[in-house]
Amino acid sequence: MDFMNTFRLALRALSRNKMRSALTMLGIIIGVGAVIAVVSIGQGAQYIVQQGIQAMGTNAVFISAGSNRAGGVRQGYGGVKTLTIDDLNAILKEIPLIKEASPALSSRQQIVYGNQNWNTQITGITPNYFEIRTWPVQAGSAFSDEEVDIAANVCVLGTTVEKILFAAENPIGKTIRIGNLPFRVDGVLESKGQNVTGQDQDDVIFAPYTTVQRKISGITWLQFIAASAVSQEASVAAVAPITSLLRERHRIRNGDDDDFLIRTQADIADLQNQTQSTMTYLLGGIASVSLLVGGIGIMNIMLVSVTERTREIGVRMAVGATEDDVRRQFLVEAVTLSMMGGFIGIILGLVGSALISNLLSWPTLISGKAIIAAVIFSAAVGIFFGYYPAHKAAQLDPIEALRYE
Amino acid sequence: MADQIIVAPDLPSADPAKKPVIRLENVFKTYDLGEVQVQALRGVSLEISEGEFVAVMGPSGSGKSTIMNILGCLDRPTKGRYFLDGVDVSGMSKTELARIRNRKLGFVFQQFNLLARTSALENVELPTVYAGISPEERTKRAMEALTRVGLAQRAGHHPAQLSGGQQQRVAIARGLVNRPSILLADEPTGNLDSRTSVEIMDILQTLNNEQGITIILVTHEPDIAQYARRNLLFRDGKLKRDILVQDRLVAQEVLKTLPTVEQQAAEDAEEENQRQAKSDATA
Repeated sequence: MDFMNTFRLALRALSRNKMRSALTMLGIIIGVGAVIAVVSIGQGAQYIVQQGIQAMGTNAVFISAGSNRAGGVRQGYGGVKTLTIDDLNAILKEIPLIKEASPALSSRQQIVYGNQNWNTQITGITPNYFEIRTWPVQAGSAFSDEEVDIAANVCVLGTTVEKILFAAENPIGKTIRIGNLPFRVDGVLESKGQNVTGQDQDDVIFAPYTTVQRKISGITWLQFIAASAVSQEASVAAVAPITSLLRERHRIRNGDDDDFLIRTQADIADLQNQTQSTMTYLLGGIASVSLLVGGIGIMNIMLVSVTERTREIGVRMAVGATEDDVRRQFLVEAVTLSMMGGFIGIILGLVGSALISNLLSWPTLISGKAIIAAVIFSAAVGIFFGYYPAHKAAQLDPIEALRYE
Repeated sequence: MADQIIVAPDLPSADPAKKPVIRLENVFKTYDLGEVQVQALRGVSLEISEGEFVAVMGPSGSGKSTIMNILGCLDRPTKGRYFLDGVDVSGMSKTELARIRNRKLGFVFQQFNLLARTSALENVELPTVYAGISPEERTKRAMEALTRVGLAQRAGHHPAQLSGGQQQRVAIARGLVNRPSILLADEPTGNLDSRTSVEIMDILQTLNNEQGITIILVTHEPDIAQYARRNLLFRDGKLKRDILVQDRLVAQEVLKTLPTVEQQAAEDAEEENQRQAKSDATA
């Protein structure tokens, strides 16, 4: 018997007991629907996170000053004074994978303009920092390298600071006070919004690092170096040479801890991938439990169906159905049941995620992979749980089956 | 019943001029029921030729159902050989037997065994589906078969919409649709009233006379066996008597003597009236 015939037969058999078929499918429908909806919500959230990470610059390498130990007491990151502008120059000179680098150090200061004041973080950098972080200036311009050299009192504002101090006024060329010093506002950055942890990245002021070192913090070292590699792969490849270079320069003996910490975009992406795979396993677990339950439901109903239709099987065998014919008939029925459940589940999942995204304004992203996986899984469930009942039907003795009441 | 023994029991009997379609050689069937072994058939040999109309008879436990199952390739002999159309089928696999049933045998059952909620036409088509025949050819053959049993105009009806006799005629059409060598009928009239039974026998006789279809009929009713040409009597797992039927009944003639459905209804109404009148009188 050819496939189309078997399939038509299966549809007809299932439509005889519509209520029963629908209830049997329910397990699969709920399982698949829930997975599709949850995955699309998860993917939506992930997309936002990804955007945030991308905003940090995809080739970026961050070298933070590490902790030093004073008699067994670790002092936390930024505690050491060993990371200097000379380290930065050495990295640029000796490690060709690194294209650009900017020194950085921060200090919290009270800032004042007119009758407005605000407490924010002032970060000392060189102008290429904005390129490394892919953070363009939207109004005015960044300060120049010459101004860095002479430790000029110039600054660039984040949009949050700009709004607080200036409201509707144009800030370019105005003078604000940072700590006790007057600074000329050269530019305003584009808004970057919140970072992954929910911190407002626009609540910041940038000034030449020399100015911050000498006039505000009064230190000679750096807190971190923001560097940019020639490519995303290079950012990972650069970690080892930077590590050995800095260990050498900082005279760290073998076996001692680094006094710096290097993070790349790839590390952050890894962390994110880890979260993603944990999420995937979790969802996979939920999905397989519900598919398992759905599959058992299908097996149960197929067994009932085989018993109910014992006589029919007997008749079919008497007129020439082989064991294979009978087995195929019931297997196709089970798979039809599970795949119909799968398809309805997909539709419900899509509708559900569209509703969630509209009503709760959560971002959702439909995952093609999840849909394909749902189709494959529901077919597999049908085959796996349909096989035993189908085999049972095929093994019936036609004489017994014909006599069955 | 005219019993005239023309051949000794346990010996093949057939018209030598015709080709044998069935040949059993010393067939045994033993059922192993765990502790006891039941010998359902104990050395049966017989031959049935093309175009015969044979009734298999015997009391329950005589082995007539077993012989039917073996002849119908639903079961295999424990010992002995069975040739169907000259081919030894006694050692065939289940799948091969299914093919044989599909192509060479047609079945008619006491319980009709039509698929419920499935049209008469589709019921008749069923064997052709397993024969791998194209859909157009299937419908054509099924309509032909339905026409042969006089039910072409009921092709779209479901079994529940048909009378018992009509259902059995659909079953006969299903048995014929793959143009088998043999039609096996297991108590085909067991669930039918007398008139309908004769109508079914009429169809079987017509198929046998006019189209030369070999028919094997299992029955425990002697008067039904009288419509066949030859009777095989089984007892205790053995073929006891092999008789050519004398004074064979012709269903066409018998039907003329029977009241029609309308007459029967009128008669019943009459009886009912009389009973009513009697009870009124006594009251």
